[in-house]
Amino acid sequence: MTTGLPVSTILLITGFCLALIGLWGMLTHRNIMRIIIGFALIDTGLHIVMVATGYITGGTAPIIDRALTTAAATERAIDPIPSALVVTAIVIGFSVTAVMLGFAIRLYAARKTLSIDAFTESKW
Amino acid sequence: MTRHVIVALVVALFGLVFVRLVGGYAELSALRPLAAQYVTQAPLELGTPNIVTGILITFRGFDTLGEVAVLFMVAASIGLLLKKDEPNAASEAAAAGIGEHTADDAPLREPSEIVRTGTDVLLPLIFVFGAYVIVNGHLSAGGGFQGGAIVASGAMLMLLARPGSRLSVALLSVIESFAGVLYVSLGLVGLVFAAGFLDPRFLPKGEFGAFVSAGAIPLISALLGIKVGAELSVIIDRFRG
Repeated sequence: MTTGLPVSTILLITGFCLALIGLWGMLTHRNIMRIIIGFALIDTGLHIVMVATGYITGGTAPIIDRALTTAAATERAIDPIPSALVVTAIVIGFSVTAVMLGFAIRLYAARKTLSIDAFTESKW
Repeated sequence: MTRHVIVALVVALFGLVFVRLVGGYAELSALRPLAAQYVTQAPLELGTPNIVTGILITFRGFDTLGEVAVLFMVAASIGLLLKKDEPNAASEAAAAGIGEHTADDAPLREPSEIVRTGTDVLLPLIFVFGAYVIVNGHLSAGGGFQGGAIVASGAMLMLLARPGSRLSVALLSVIESFAGVLYVSLGLVGLVFAAGFLDPRFLPKGEFGAFVSAGAIPLISALLGIKVGAELSVIIDRFRG
């Protein structure tokens, strides 16, 4: 089945849509857990975008084996740099999510609620 | 209601930015020069068939070291954030909340038989698969981060099946520290016997595609996997409180 759109464009649209859903969720919900889930959606969407920018038309995974010889690699392998960078992005996203969840636990212990309306100290 | 309108406006503007980005993006038809350099150099100079691993462990090895440092700091800061309060503070809180027995005090429900039996069957398989992904990173899809995450998911399953058991955080910390020290030592060995810090070419390249090949990349990858697996397991354990 062909849609007429290049594969990387479909992936870019998917990733950006996911990021927009996450942004909407982060800004409209008042529950801290839902805000964290919104952040995770933005994160995942941008990872898809990053991987998509490395795709080369008709390319395959950059692993040299019987199916992809060293000589053919420069023509048929996809760009390996975004794939390597997205590992960094995933680790940083995981770290930020873990610290946010830790703060959520502390905030719940302090006020016995997860609604962000209960925390007015830093509100102007 | 006003807030929703403003939020809709912000999301729409971001959507506009993204639409322009997608509209202006043309799919690549050839590798960029830096990528072409990596794709030709990784198999020739490092002897690793998996080019992504070659970039992560060697060409960008210093970044990877920074990443595991970030993971280590997260494990430490989560431990600080979720630290049990001092005993006297805890007793004061208990005194203030007398008669206020909430859901926190309810006894934990036993894990179901499916989870317990499934754990007995699956846990060894998960750990073996994690080890396979870690040591196979230089040959095919895989590597230290991915395998470490699989091992930590096994630790998660273990904690779900036996909520009473404690992970030995002290032992994991020792393992993690040793892996980190060895990782940096291998980097320094590369500095002395090869071209630079974290250069894996001080060991022979070996036969291309063989299990023992690609210099020190499998060693660094294994240390990375052990370190990531231990760090993620510690973070999971901290969240149990």
